[in-house]
Amino acid sequence: MDAKVIVVTSGKGGVGKTTTTANIGAALAKLGEKVVVIDVDVGLRNLDVVMGLESRVVFDLVDVLEGKCRMSQALIRDKRVENLYLLPASQTRDKDALDPEVFKEVVRGLVQDEGFDRVLIDSPAGIESGFRTAAAPAKGALVVVNPEVSSVRDADRIIGLLEAQQVGEIRLVINRLRPKMVASGNMLSESDMLDILGVKPIGIVPEDEGIIVSTNVGEPAVLGKTKAGEAFMATARRLRGEDVPYPKFEEDKGFWAALKRMFGGGA
Amino acid sequence: MFSWMKGRRSKETLKDRLELVLAYDRAKIPPGKVEALRNDLLEVVRRYFPAGNSSVEVEQDGDKVVLMASVAIDDPQPKKK
Repeated sequence: MDAKVIVVTSGKGGVGKTTTTANIGAALAKLGEKVVVIDVDVGLRNLDVVMGLESRVVFDLVDVLEGKCRMSQALIRDKRVENLYLLPASQTRDKDALDPEVFKEVVRGLVQDEGFDRVLIDSPAGIESGFRTAAAPAKGALVVVNPEVSSVRDADRIIGLLEAQQVGEIRLVINRLRPKMVASGNMLSESDMLDILGVKPIGIVPEDEGIIVSTNVGEPAVLGKTKAGEAFMATARRLRGEDVPYPKFEEDKGFWAALKRMFGGGA
Repeated sequence: MFSWMKGRRSKETLKDRLELVLAYDRAKIPPGKVEALRNDLLEVVRRYFPAGNSSVEVEQDGDKVVLMASVAIDDPQPKKK
């Protein structure tokens, strides 16, 4: 995905959109890019907490848009990873404080004046105006989806809207996949999702308790050694065009697997 | 980095962080501003009590957010030998 400006969206809330933004942002910075992650969830910000930068928020995106501060005052530099920055959302304003055209200008400034290689925009969930604003400057989209009915259904809706807005390349990040359940044929696999949604996955992240711990302490999982952290790292590499093989989380359709399933081996 | 792996359980860290974040949210103040105020206060206190060990904490007290400064005054009049 060549896009410099990428929106991270989902139809349904709670699928791991913010975690995905934080981790892919941190991963890209670790790989040498100058990255800014922007929280556009005005009124309900969370990216700052997930990244462990909450105590350093003074100004936010709305302050920048309203000219209350300079961009450099609102950008929070992550001290753990070089070249990783956060532009937080406002916690106190309402969603209409953001105008898509003005937001586009701000993002253009981040790329042209501040020299960012990559801008990741954490969109609010759903299809309301906040989503449109978040997607307005984007040239690529990551749709975060869990392998379950409501998430896939809502993702389909979002993909339709992204296509209508002509954001460019759209890819899936399948989050909270349970390899054992996929193997036993009880959870949608990546190829099932591709069949249903017609959008290619770029990342497959297994369900992992390590993610909860890393979110608890506000340290992106890609900075440590967890399965999910490694999967996010691999996703970031693919985003940069590296040819990283996908882990094999597919249904085992062989004879022995079928026999095993028949005798209750599948979880 | 990853000091939480040994010792302290991560949910304790989460609880502390959430309490602080919610305190700021309820008070509608940007946490970074309070952090700056706290550093300024500590600097001023240190100017007058160089030896003192002081701290400024933000706490939630019912529906109020309270900034509590505790200033230890060590040996205000040192004894002469």
